[in-house]
Parts: sequence; structure tokens; C-alpha cells
Amino acid sequence: MARAASACIAGAFEHPTRKADDKSLAQLHAEVAKGALDDAGLGKNDVDGYFCAGDVAGWETRGTGPFSIIDYMGLKLRYLDTTESWGSSYLVHVAHAAQAIVAGRCKVALITLAGRPRAEGLATGTAPAAHSSTAAEAPFELPYGPTVVGLYAMCAMRHMHEYGTTGEQLAWIKVAASHHAQYNEHAMLREVVTVEDVVNSPMISDPLHRLDCCVISDGGGALVVVAPEIAKSLKRPLVQVRGFGYAPKHQMGGRIDLTYSGAVWSGPAAFAEAGVGPADIKYASIYDSFTITVLITLEDLGFCAKGQGGRFVADGNLISGVGGLPINTDGGGLCNNHPSNRGGMTKVIEAVRQLRGEAHPAVQVKNCDLALAHGTGGALGTRHGSATLILARG
Amino acid sequence: MTAKTRPIPAPRIDPELVAYWEAARQGRLLIKQCQACSEFHFYPRALCPFCFSDRTEWREASGSGTIYSFSVMRRVPIPYALAYVTLAEGPTVMTNIVGRDLDAIRIGQKVRVVFEASESGQPVPVFTPA
Repeated sequence: MARAASACIAGAFEHPTRKADDKSLAQLHAEVAKGALDDAGLGKNDVDGYFCAGDVAGWETRGTGPFSIIDYMGLKLRYLDTTESWGSSYLVHVAHAAQAIVAGRCKVALITLAGRPRAEGLATGTAPAAHSSTAAEAPFELPYGPTVVGLYAMCAMRHMHEYGTTGEQLAWIKVAASHHAQYNEHAMLREVVTVEDVVNSPMISDPLHRLDCCVISDGGGALVVVAPEIAKSLKRPLVQVRGFGYAPKHQMGGRIDLTYSGAVWSGPAAFAEAGVGPADIKYASIYDSFTITVLITLEDLGFCAKGQGGRFVADGNLISGVGGLPINTDGGGLCNNHPSNRGGMTKVIEAVRQLRGEAHPAVQVKNCDLALAHGTGGALGTRHGSATLILARG
Repeated sequence: MTAKTRPIPAPRIDPELVAYWEAARQGRLLIKQCQACSEFHFYPRALCPFCFSDRTEWREASGSGTIYSFSVMRRVPIPYALAYVTLAEGPTVMTNIVGRDLDAIRIGQKVRVVFEASESGQPVPVFTPA
């Protein structure tokens, strides 16, 4: 994607709502689209490529969902990509948009995400994991009650067993998120918490406590990826797509190892394409469905050695202005927003804010010229798709 | 205290897996071994996930295993232990740990297969301390 590296993210928008009782799903998609286009200084009729995943209204009817939302927004397109990788879809969409732009398939690519799980009253974490009853593995998993939190908790349990990782170390990831969220007026949880608060919160699924889990929120976000000549004509700072890596990980026929994620493959691919390494990254958005997701991902991406994640995240190392690797400065999924239970979109948006110098002043990373965003879609404990993006200030 | 029994959702019986569920009704755990590459795999498939040979054959597992990881689901009406158990033959399988104080479950414990009835009456394999 060396040539695609010249495509730029020109617009980014995070919906301010966190509970959307009074809005339809299609309306949320259209509102974030408008927000991102306004941010870029572009109009709806400039869009010629559209990217969405399984969160669009009508997806469950197998195929009309993408057409329905295009119809609602009145888009006239020559490129459509509906790659579904659950929470990591939107990082994939950024890379696919950059590729499509370089190939001349489109010039202005719109990516949207929206959802209203709070308004719909979904018990996301402790209900049986979102799981197709037609999936091949279903008869061997659904009888056992594999909840979302349970699948991540088993990863945490194994990591603790092999490497001595502690609940207090995991708690530091939430502590860092809360330090950042206090400055975000839209964050669901703005109260600064301590390690003690986390480990003393109710146990949901051993060893994960309530405060190890992300929020459930309504809302969404959108991105606009454009050709370089268009980016240069706009009044926004340039944010270039420099590298991308993607890898699904699954149970490998029963050779299960819960201590690593697909990031062990997606990370090196993204770094190689961008020609940089972990030490060059000034800011990172790391998917934080649960604290353990962050810890394992940081190891897999090479920010520290495998097994050293607990020590790496402790003592505020992830807090902007305090530690060595500021992450999720919007408060992340743990404190700010996890719209539609898909955190990849907000990961890219905060990375764009950091590269533009538009993060909250209290959390803005100085001279932030290179950022990483990582998404984990699906479940760490069974099957997931890992996506890593490297973005640079142009 | 032994955990109260959680209702177990009935598995879907796929055509390629009739033998597996028949065996479960007889209290036997089957896994598949590939005749081309000799590898065991789980969950059972008609095609080997390692070499893609279609010569996969049923083998009766010893039923012995070791807890690879687990988590006790606490915030549900009847708490239960979700787990991965590594079978003596090699593959690691998703299951529940039953018949033990949920607070006493540990990674590395030896377990053996037992069968519990799901909501349709079809028994499914779960594991209990050996």
C-alpha cells in the first residue's frame, strides 16, 4: 500500500450522544456522516465511495442493509465496501478506502458506524456471546454459555497463570482511561478511579471486575478518506494513511493459545508497510473492550515483550503527560464510548484528533506526528479479526 | 458447595456430526483424527483443518484432560464455570467444569469427561475433577 499511503483522513466525527432513545439507527448513521463531512469541509454529493459494516440498519436481512442506508442518505456512489470484521471493521475500511482511492475507484470515501444498544436494552457482556446459531462451531460452544466477558476473562486468567499478571496491573489500564475521560465532556464515565476502585468493584467473570469492562453506549462515528489532491485543497490538517495490517485469529483446530491475539501478525505488517517501529509511535489507540484486551494487544504489537504487559501498563505509563505511551486519550471504550459494541471507529477518531493537535489540551501529546490505531473485532477467546493502522501527520 | 445446575442449551445436530452426538448418548467422547497427517483436531470436521484431507476418522477420546483456562460467570442467575480443557490427545475444547465448588477450580487441574443432559435431552460433554 505504499502508493495508498498518500490517501488522507480529511474528516472525523464522533456523535456526542451516548443514549439515543429518540433517534433511529439510520438517523444516527446519517448524523455522523454529516458531522464528518462538515469536519472535512465537504458535502454529501462529494461522496463517491461508501464503507459500512454489520451495524447498519437492515443488515440482518442479508444484503439490503448497505443499500438501505445509502438510500436513506441519498448517496450516489461508484464504490461500495461492506467488509464486516465486527469492532475492527472501521480500521479495515480506512485501509480499503485508501486502496480504492489509489486504484482510482473513488475520491471521497465515507465510513460510518452507529448503534443504540443502550436504547435497546441489550445485556451485552453477560448474555451469551453474539453468535450465529448456524456457525459451524455453535454446537460445541453455545451449550456452555460463552458470554463475551467470559471469553475475555479466560484470556486474562491464562495470562495471569503464565506470566504472573495481576488484577492490580490490569486495573491500571482503567485508571489511565479514567484520567483521560475526566476531560471529555461527552464521556460516559468521567470520574477518576483508582486501582483499588477497580479491584473492589463487583466480580463479573473471574478475574474481570465490572470496572475492567467497557461501557455500553449508543451513538457512532464517521470518517472521510480522500485522495491527496482533495486533502490538500481542504483547510484541515493532513492525516495520512501510512500502514495497515490485518489478521484473523481462531481456534486453530484446537491448538488454542489465549495469551496472544491476531495483533502478533497485523502489527508487524502495519509497521513494515509504514517503515516504522513501536518506538516511533507517539500515541496509540488500542481497542479496550476489556482491560485484558489492551494488555495483550500492547505485547503483541511489540510495545513490550510478551508477558511484560502487566509491568508496562502499571504506574500510569499509559497516561498522557505522565507515562511513556499515552493511549486512548478520549477515555476509550472503558470510560468514553463504545457505540454499537464496536470500538474501532472511535479508536481512529481519537488518533486523528491527536495527529491534528485537536485532542483536549490536557491530554494532547506533544509533537504527535505518528500514531497507531488498533481494533480487535469478535472475541479474543475464540475468533477475532485484528486490524492495525499507522497514521501520520502530513 | 456444588453449583446448582444451569439449563444447558441444546446443540444443533449437524449431518456430519451424527456419530458424535450418538456417542455422547452412550457416554463416549469422540474426536477426529486425520488419516493423512495423523493430527487430532476439535471441533470435529469432515475436512482436516491442518492438511485439508477429507480422510478424517472418529476416535474415542480417553476423556482425561487438564484445565487450560476458565472463568466463573458471577453475575448470572446460576453461576457457572466456562472453561477450556486440553484433552490428553492434544486438542483444547470449550466446556463447563461441574461438580466442584466454583471457587476451588484452578488452571492445571486434572479433569475427566462426564455427560449432562441439555434442554432437548441430548447429553453434552462437560468435565469434572478427576
